[in-house]
Amino acid sequence: MPAPDGRIPSGAATSSRSRPPRWWLLLGRDRTAAAAATVLALVFLVALSGRLFLGDRAVRQDLRASLRPPSLDHGFSGLLGTDVLGRSVLARLVDAAGTTLSIAVPAVLCSLLIGSALGLWAGYHGGVRESVAMRVADVILSFPSLLIAVVVLYVFAPGAMNIVLILAVARIPVYLRTARAEAAELRSRLFVDAARTFGTPASAIIVRHLLPIALPTLLTVATLDFCFVMLTESSLSFLGIGIQPPEVSWGLMVAQGRQYLRTAWWIAVLPGLAIMLTTVSATVLAAWVRLATDPGQRWRLTLPRKRRGARAAVPPEMIA
Amino acid sequence: MASFLRRRVVSSAIPLVFVVLGVFCLARLTGNPVDLYLPLSATSQQRAEFSAAHGFDDSLPVQLWDYLGNAARLDFGVSLRTGEPADAMVLEAFPITLQLAGMTMLLAVTGALLVGSLAAYRPQSAVDRLAGLLSMTAASIPDFWFAIMGVLVFGVALDWLPTSGTLGGPEVWVLPLATLLIRPFGVLVQVVRGSMVGALSAPYVKVARSKGAGALRVVFGHALRNAVTPVLTVAGDLAVGLVNGAVVVETIFGWPGIGKLMIDSILQRDFAVLQAAVLLTAVTIFALNILVDVCHALIDPRVRQAVPA
Repeated sequence: MPAPDGRIPSGAATSSRSRPPRWWLLLGRDRTAAAAATVLALVFLVALSGRLFLGDRAVRQDLRASLRPPSLDHGFSGLLGTDVLGRSVLARLVDAAGTTLSIAVPAVLCSLLIGSALGLWAGYHGGVRESVAMRVADVILSFPSLLIAVVVLYVFAPGAMNIVLILAVARIPVYLRTARAEAAELRSRLFVDAARTFGTPASAIIVRHLLPIALPTLLTVATLDFCFVMLTESSLSFLGIGIQPPEVSWGLMVAQGRQYLRTAWWIAVLPGLAIMLTTVSATVLAAWVRLATDPGQRWRLTLPRKRRGARAAVPPEMIA
Repeated sequence: MASFLRRRVVSSAIPLVFVVLGVFCLARLTGNPVDLYLPLSATSQQRAEFSAAHGFDDSLPVQLWDYLGNAARLDFGVSLRTGEPADAMVLEAFPITLQLAGMTMLLAVTGALLVGSLAAYRPQSAVDRLAGLLSMTAASIPDFWFAIMGVLVFGVALDWLPTSGTLGGPEVWVLPLATLLIRPFGVLVQVVRGSMVGALSAPYVKVARSKGAGALRVVFGHALRNAVTPVLTVAGDLAVGLVNGAVVVETIFGWPGIGKLMIDSILQRDFAVLQAAVLLTAVTIFALNILVDVCHALIDPRVRQAVPA
């Protein structure tokens, strides 16, 4: 997950007092955030490497093992039970983690890159460019993401690539608004004026002077947005217009398990738990990243939890 | 106030224009409507007659003009599935979703104002941390999964509530409302709490306290009006997002609302109905945005005079 280590000056070893504490030490002090980071790291690890160990376990059918409840008797495959075709639920969960993340991560990265670039550009230049960018953001934001997805998937076939595209476009305004607000505030600051006086081109000012300051906020928004994108993808797959069988995602697994709710609860319950665990972890971690990347607030993390005082409000632009 | 309203209507109408045009373009992107409506065995003469009868052989600007005229008269053609007029089907489904969404927003905002203010009154207290944990979880639960769990526990295991349908007493509302409510409620509690913490530490609250105002009066009489502006903005965004939830909830609980209508028409490629439903949703969102702006202006006098950015 986004670690703020790149922003901590490592060469300034002359005075150890003024150096901010390492981010992993800070993380270790906050047990909740550390747990959330561990869960997320685990999910990513499973998503990246799980398929290497699976073989065909996620697709192998065995009708004699149909709807077997979770038990320890059948080794790794039977640990979390089987579905109606006798496929291992655990193996399918691991496989689905790969699919789910292979949609959420590219979507978040795309919207983060495009939204931030446009937002910084619009905020720095102001004027017509700013109002056009904001109007575009308004247009996209005033539509429920599912509605856009529904209409676009009506025209083009549902598939991983199209879902990534839709989710990325639907979330661009979130970054665009945040980045624009930051850039608009920064453009009149003294160091930006100084850079402009020396003849630095606009693109260099944006990359070298605005981006480093806006990045922590943008990364926090991205962490929160990761939850939103994951939830939307699951909803789409659940409704049957997202990931299509034989591929598998967590949302699709819930949909497939729904008919067997009365007889085999584990098929629908477990993937939902996996979604929830991941999204809650990302939310918790986002709150921590916000404190840890803000030089004015970071000291709070060195205090015991009780004395930290009121946390800052949730930025409204992350929600839609 | 009037000029403020006019400005807001104009700027909120831009997205609406885009949708109307977008729906028209999509209708052309989905392929030739003649292929969609006529059987494969139709002769080329039948195809030509059908095209001429429905104006598909006109030039694109003429088609666009016809489309705008028909949309203004709420004429979207007939459903491929049922043969009913599309607008009648959509208007029949619409009130159900509107009721559900209205109830949800009412409960979510009221509940969040109470819980959020309670949490903000003593930051970092046990109540605050409990509210923080609950709201964070509530905002992260996948709604379709929550609905299924509700059915499993209260419908199947305990047999307290019906698992689907709209017929019956008030108990049919419980599970759909709870499912739709959970995310807006979780998000709004966090927003109310954040903005209330800020308002409660402002100097005018100290003055009110030192003049002897009670806790209720300080929170709801003094701090609330200033704290409610961001809540209103987020609530508006969440109400737009409620369409997402309505699709899921109506599908799971079998409610004949506009969300289910949209999903059904997409799965069965019933374009006339989808078109009408998308347009009606867009118009509703347009009205909602105006309503939020008016509420902003009523609450905060500074908004009324502000020059648009």
